[in-house]
Amino acid sequence: MSAIERIGEIRAAAAAAIEAATDTRSLEDLRVSHLGRKAELPQLLRGVAGLDPAERGPVGRAANDARRELEGLIDSRESLLAAAELEHRLSADRIDVTLPGDPPQPVGRLHLLTQTRREIEDVFLGLGFSIVEGPEIELVHYNFDALNHDPTHPARARSDTFYVSDDVLLRTHTSPMQVRVMQREPPPLYVIVPGRVYRPDNDATHTPQFHQIEGLAVDEGITLADLKGTLLAFAQAIFGDERDVLLRPHFFPFTEPSVEVDVSCFQCKAGFRTDGSRCSLCKGSGWLEVLGAGMVDPNVFAQVETLRDGEPGEYDPDRVQGFAFGLGIERIAMLKHGVPDLRLFYDNDVRFLERF
Amino acid sequence: MLVPMTLLRSFCDPQLTTAELAARLTMTGTKDERVFHVGVTEPDGFVVGHVLDVAPHPDADRLRVCTVDVGAGVPATIVCGAPNVAAGQTVAVARPGAVLPDGRKLKAAKLRGILSEGMILSETELAVGSDHDGIMVLDPPSADGSVVSPQSAGLCAGMSLAEAIELSSDVIEFEITPNRVDCLGVYGIAREVHASTGATLQPPPWVEDPGTTEGDAGGAEVVVEAAELCRRFMVRAFDGIRIGQSPAWLKARLLWAGMRPISNVVDITNYVMLLTGQPLHAFDFDRVAGRRLVVRRAADGELVETLDGETRTLDTEIVVICDADGPTSIAGIMGGARTEVAPNTTRVLLEAATWNGANIQRSSTRLGLRSEASGRYEKGLEPEVAADGLAYATRLLIEICGARALPGTIDVGGPGPDPAVIRLRPARVAGLLGKAIDSDRCAEILTALDFAVTPAPAVDESGVLEPTGALDLDVTVPYFRRADVTREVDLIEEVARIDGVDRLPATLPPRNGAAGRLTHAQRARRRAEDVLVGRGLDEIVGWSFTDPGLLDRLRLPERHPMRRTVRIANPLSEALSLMRPTVLGSLLDVARHNVARGAASVQIFESGTVYREHGADGPGAATATKVTGSPADEHHALAALLTGPFGGRSWRGGGHPPAADFFTAKGLLAAVLDTLRVDWAVASAGWSFLHPGRSANVLLGDRRIGFLGEVHPLVADAWDLERTAVFSINLDVVLAAAPPVISYGGLSDYPAVLQDLSVVLADDVSADRVLAVVRANGGRELVGVDVFDVYRGDQVGPGRFSLTLHLEFRAADRTLTDAEVADRRSSITKALAGELGGELRA
Repeated sequence: MSAIERIGEIRAAAAAAIEAATDTRSLEDLRVSHLGRKAELPQLLRGVAGLDPAERGPVGRAANDARRELEGLIDSRESLLAAAELEHRLSADRIDVTLPGDPPQPVGRLHLLTQTRREIEDVFLGLGFSIVEGPEIELVHYNFDALNHDPTHPARARSDTFYVSDDVLLRTHTSPMQVRVMQREPPPLYVIVPGRVYRPDNDATHTPQFHQIEGLAVDEGITLADLKGTLLAFAQAIFGDERDVLLRPHFFPFTEPSVEVDVSCFQCKAGFRTDGSRCSLCKGSGWLEVLGAGMVDPNVFAQVETLRDGEPGEYDPDRVQGFAFGLGIERIAMLKHGVPDLRLFYDNDVRFLERF
Repeated sequence: MLVPMTLLRSFCDPQLTTAELAARLTMTGTKDERVFHVGVTEPDGFVVGHVLDVAPHPDADRLRVCTVDVGAGVPATIVCGAPNVAAGQTVAVARPGAVLPDGRKLKAAKLRGILSEGMILSETELAVGSDHDGIMVLDPPSADGSVVSPQSAGLCAGMSLAEAIELSSDVIEFEITPNRVDCLGVYGIAREVHASTGATLQPPPWVEDPGTTEGDAGGAEVVVEAAELCRRFMVRAFDGIRIGQSPAWLKARLLWAGMRPISNVVDITNYVMLLTGQPLHAFDFDRVAGRRLVVRRAADGELVETLDGETRTLDTEIVVICDADGPTSIAGIMGGARTEVAPNTTRVLLEAATWNGANIQRSSTRLGLRSEASGRYEKGLEPEVAADGLAYATRLLIEICGARALPGTIDVGGPGPDPAVIRLRPARVAGLLGKAIDSDRCAEILTALDFAVTPAPAVDESGVLEPTGALDLDVTVPYFRRADVTREVDLIEEVARIDGVDRLPATLPPRNGAAGRLTHAQRARRRAEDVLVGRGLDEIVGWSFTDPGLLDRLRLPERHPMRRTVRIANPLSEALSLMRPTVLGSLLDVARHNVARGAASVQIFESGTVYREHGADGPGAATATKVTGSPADEHHALAALLTGPFGGRSWRGGGHPPAADFFTAKGLLAAVLDTLRVDWAVASAGWSFLHPGRSANVLLGDRRIGFLGEVHPLVADAWDLERTAVFSINLDVVLAAAPPVISYGGLSDYPAVLQDLSVVLADDVSADRVLAVVRANGGRELVGVDVFDVYRGDQVGPGRFSLTLHLEFRAADRTLTDAEVADRRSSITKALAGELGGELRA
């Protein structure tokens, strides 16, 4: 048998043995027995130098090829077996994945009013509005006078407003900040004013403190249609993309024209649920009353002009127009989350807080 | 305002259902609050009956057996309990099967053995009047025996009752906005219906005034002394009055509009008010002492007895109408008992006045007395409406009460100023609304609302041609809209609301250069709140109001800054009379609420405003003028409270986590302040409401920004709480100090050397002093030092403790050698020994 033939035999036998190996340990034994120092193939290679010069080349090449091939076969077989063995070991290392995480991580919640406020703020940030805040203990001047409330307006009565003194009160709405921000900054102005407001009522639908978000846009060429578009975007963001808004004429001292704004009910179609029953949320009207709004009354601009240190005429109603709106955060949260009683917001029962 | 549809439709009937009409008016600014039905639901079974015979009931003293012609051939037998039933009367009868307004379905039934085939009805049973003393007689004879009610003429037995009288009506309750005084009268609403629907509007019922201006008004005299509060005072005198019941239609309409029918004269004044919005008052002329009315301010403490029998005490802001014997009525609010119309009245002095709305509102609040009249007056009526009311009432007194108007009208004050003429530019309409409404449509709408509209002249006053004049309109404001419509923008509102604001396009503003974004402080505030939420705290929203007792429960000493509270002058109650000077009270209240409801532990925080009076250093309240900053010292606080175990129990052993204490609260505070990257510290300090040994100031640099500690056990006890840890900081200051941008500081590629160092110290040495000494002596290669262990016990002996620190050395430019680190360490230990008496622990 020639050396080359012998190499062929060794290669074939070793390849069969490698293929038959069932674990990495026996594969390691095969590596030693076929490729180790004392194995036949390496010895053959070492003996090449003693061969006839004409044979050295072919035998050496054949032995080398065989060695490389076997090494390759062992390596690939080993990675296969090692993977199977790891898989086997890991699958034996089994835990009950349904046990709770540990250590337990407490989960806190923002108050529903804060969640709702931030959600609304984010909508208006996206619409190009900035956020400003103002004092809650406010001057009568900003709360009423500068907002075109006549001196005898009933909202000024002590039954409707908390007073600290004759000219200081707890703001009854976030609207005084309209005047403060216009006094401070020139147009164009796109701001919302979230904040706490106060009125002396206390029952299931009124608490003496509640939260509003005021909106004010003053710029050249702002229209009532722009107000509608802005509030439509708001309504769709908060209550769903299918919502529509309905403007109804109304009256507020500091806007003209004034409107009340309804949002189409998100629990029914035109007042009726899918089962044909009358919707209890909108009382069958198909609309939910959500906020009051309007075009900034020229008298408010005139007031602002008298208060400003800046260049006169920046708030000239022939130059700029604006819209303003005010919405109740509690109202939005109650509608959206089905909260039945305003007082739940202020009880702060942790079961309520953690529900949302 | 309650508006019976039968009445409204008599002036303008758009052939819409009540619901459609309500919806239409809502969309033009007259919103319906509710819609309901009054009177019978179905007219079937209600007929006119003629009482043929009345006989006593054999077995019941109070019942009568009546034979009534109901047009059915055979007369019906009806048992009736009313004392006033008599043969010859024309009455309202319900036949078996009829459904009464209260829902009862009538059946033929035996009454004490006699079968009654129906029921003779009272006004109350039909819900068309308030008289329940007897049955309703459809043709009550008046004093002189003539038939009073024109409607009762031509009644015959068996005809449907609905043809004889108004049996039922829908009623809409409208919300009338305060600018629309004209809609406090049904005619004003009819005008709205006309403008909104185009249906024909009947002319106002006051256009033909049967009264006269020439004459002495029966010799009556009027003196208005308080002219500043009485814009107009008009009087007419009548004689030949026959007091009686009003006709059925009038009673029904008043009742359905929420007013109780009383007598024909009083009912007429109320009905005229219902239609025109103008309250009127009828005096019994013969009881007006001296035939002279004087309008003046009341004297302080002056008394008057009002129609309702109450004696009222007056003050100088209240206007009274007096005769020679003193006050007879309170102006604009309620008439007096002494001169009221009585059954024997034959001469009436009818007053229609215009009062100062604000004054009436104040007086009515002051007296606790509100009436249909005061509710209208306080909105501010126009003087012309007084004349309208007087004219229509004159007509009704003549038609219904047989009165004769004595010649002459006393009119003090007269009508209001000439109407304003306002230019309306359609270009401006489009500019404000975002939708073009052309000149013709504007004119059509305004004309329908009784504004007079003419094209604006194409030249200005100086005779120069105006290029844009052609489409502009000059609009004359009718007197009944005088206060509401004074500017072009008010006209634009009229056009917009009738054209339909619901039909505007939805567009977005131009946003010239505006970009919406949160400020750094706003983002940082959200971040601070989120840090606490992320660590398991629930946010609460507490009351801004608190009770004065809070300050004592917190054991605040006199002159403590938190005692500089803002007090509400008219609180809902004493318990809600202060604005909170700290969030702590809110947190304690909420903790108690939840512990009382079984919560084993409470972890909460609030991010909200606290309020104090301006201090001497602040912009004091005294210097706050009408145009400066805020009148009180307000800041945004972030405060947390923890009571009970913080965190859940591990199923892998270890039991419950310990109850939250000082360090739990400090850890959370650190998380907030470190997240915002402010340089903060705490220093032991006493707070009256905190445990004296576990109480600290929170410092930002040298400035105290809040407190941290365990609540004093006596304070905790006052809220029924166990050990409770809290902190509160002025978040405004923290947010201002938080760096908005962090710069890259380089990362060293060289390895750190980590070492532990234990030092034994006297008990009174604080950890932060140790850390300060270590930092000061560790060189700039000392990049980190943490407290690792604190030990007290036998190994260090009494009065001492051991502090183990974890030190991290690293150089930016080289690997530190052992010798360098040993050198730094030795400087540290020397300093600790020298400055703090610290001994290295083996």
